[in-house]
Amino acid sequence: MSFWEYANPKRFMALSSAALPWFTALTALVLSVGLIWGFFFTPDDFRQGSTVKIIYIHVPSAFIAINAWLMMLVTSLVWLVRRHHVSALAARAAAPIGLAMTCIGLITGAVWGQPMWGTWWEWDPRLTSFLILGLFYLGYIALWEAIDDADTAADLTSVLCIVGSVFAVLSRYAILFWNQGLHQGASLSLDKEENVHDVFAYPLWTCIIGFVLLFITLVLLRTRTEIRARRVKALIARERMA
Amino acid sequence: MMPDLGKYAVSVLSAYGATLAIVALLIWISLRRGRKVQDELRSLEGRRDDA
Amino acid sequence: MIALLIRDLRLAIRTGGGFGLGLAFFLIIAVLVPFGVGPDSAVLGRIAPGILWVGALLSCLLSLDRIFALDFEDGSLDLLATAPIPLEGLVGVKAFSHWLTTGLPLTLAAPVLGLLLSLPEPAYLWLILSLLIGTPALSFIGAFGASLTVGLKRGGLLLSLLVLPLYVPTLIFGAETIRRGAEGLGTATPLTMLGAITLGTLAVLPFASAAAIRINLR
Repeated sequence: MSFWEYANPKRFMALSSAALPWFTALTALVLSVGLIWGFFFTPDDFRQGSTVKIIYIHVPSAFIAINAWLMMLVTSLVWLVRRHHVSALAARAAAPIGLAMTCIGLITGAVWGQPMWGTWWEWDPRLTSFLILGLFYLGYIALWEAIDDADTAADLTSVLCIVGSVFAVLSRYAILFWNQGLHQGASLSLDKEENVHDVFAYPLWTCIIGFVLLFITLVLLRTRTEIRARRVKALIARERMA
Repeated sequence: MMPDLGKYAVSVLSAYGATLAIVALLIWISLRRGRKVQDELRSLEGRRDDA
Repeated sequence: MIALLIRDLRLAIRTGGGFGLGLAFFLIIAVLVPFGVGPDSAVLGRIAPGILWVGALLSCLLSLDRIFALDFEDGSLDLLATAPIPLEGLVGVKAFSHWLTTGLPLTLAAPVLGLLLSLPEPAYLWLILSLLIGTPALSFIGAFGASLTVGLKRGGLLLSLLVLPLYVPTLIFGAETIRRGAEGLGTATPLTMLGAITLGTLAVLPFASAAAIRINLR
């Protein structure tokens, strides 16, 4: 039995209906532990004061925003190569979550930047890249919504996702060239001196895991919805034929 | 119980508030659409059994 | 292929549209901006590179949906898809003819509009050069967007939404070239990057566009 068995919608539905309650519970647990730990039981930073608490939602949401697009890229490729419907529908299900996470990243960033940098918005490379990422999500979702035929929509959005990925990376470097920014570099890389301190890092990792679990849960839920919606469409079409 | 957030209380609370609101909205939309589609599918399959 | 190019050019000129409309739009943008920001020539000169590039980009956007739409409606796209020339070549020709009817005239008109926006003296060379090198990328990226939305009833707005984020790198390097040129700094880096983007889109995007058209014609 191989991994690809789960590409069968029926098997996917069976597996996901068994897994969903577990993932929901785990998400609720980890996310609440992480957020409560971060919000109530961590000290203030000596320079940033209590605003450092924003990191527990800012970094995880940004992490998901980027990785959701990566996941869409992988599932799009799987759809184009192996024609598994679940794969295409999972990409569709993930896009709105990615957009929401991008919005959270931008909003929390703005709220954090206001007291720290003295400005809500700055045309800083990371901020700008995120804005562009948001636009890519918008275009991707809009293309899905615009096309009636399901397979055509899946094909075209996959092509867009692949080309979009290339241009997103290109934009990132173009933007770096265009303006050097205020934003600090990586905060959790394993080999750096300027990493965040352990006191902040443990709850932060917990929150990141919590957000990942939230993402998985929502993708499962939304993919199930998409599969059902597809079936509704097929049944209606069959009824019309009869 | 509430930690002392100092002069940045508004920033921190609004960031958390906005995040929770967006996540709640996302979950609510997902659940609502899921339920709607499921009901639709049930009624369709029910009709097919009658026929 | 050359016959196809000539046919496309003739159609574009005869139906009016593309040519005049894009140019007029470009002119209007260049005229409206001073009304918006005030007549101070120091300010205008500073923002002129960006305005000219954004203007060129938007004017390019106007005629994108015409690249494939007319041929799709009267069925000639189906015929062309089954013709002996590869679909990738067809996309390339179509994008090239789009560039000839919009990108090239825009490039030629830009210096005049630069005059209106009091663009600094040393920047003119870079203005023409960067537009000449950059606008083909706009046409080829646009052709990709147009091939994604070709089957849709109201694809125009969606097309803009899809294409604009893809234009970001081109815009950045294009405007940056002029800005550096105006300040007398080295322009080699942005100009080569601009050229690289154009060549890359020329080489790769016709394949993606052809794939999208095949899906749409299925």
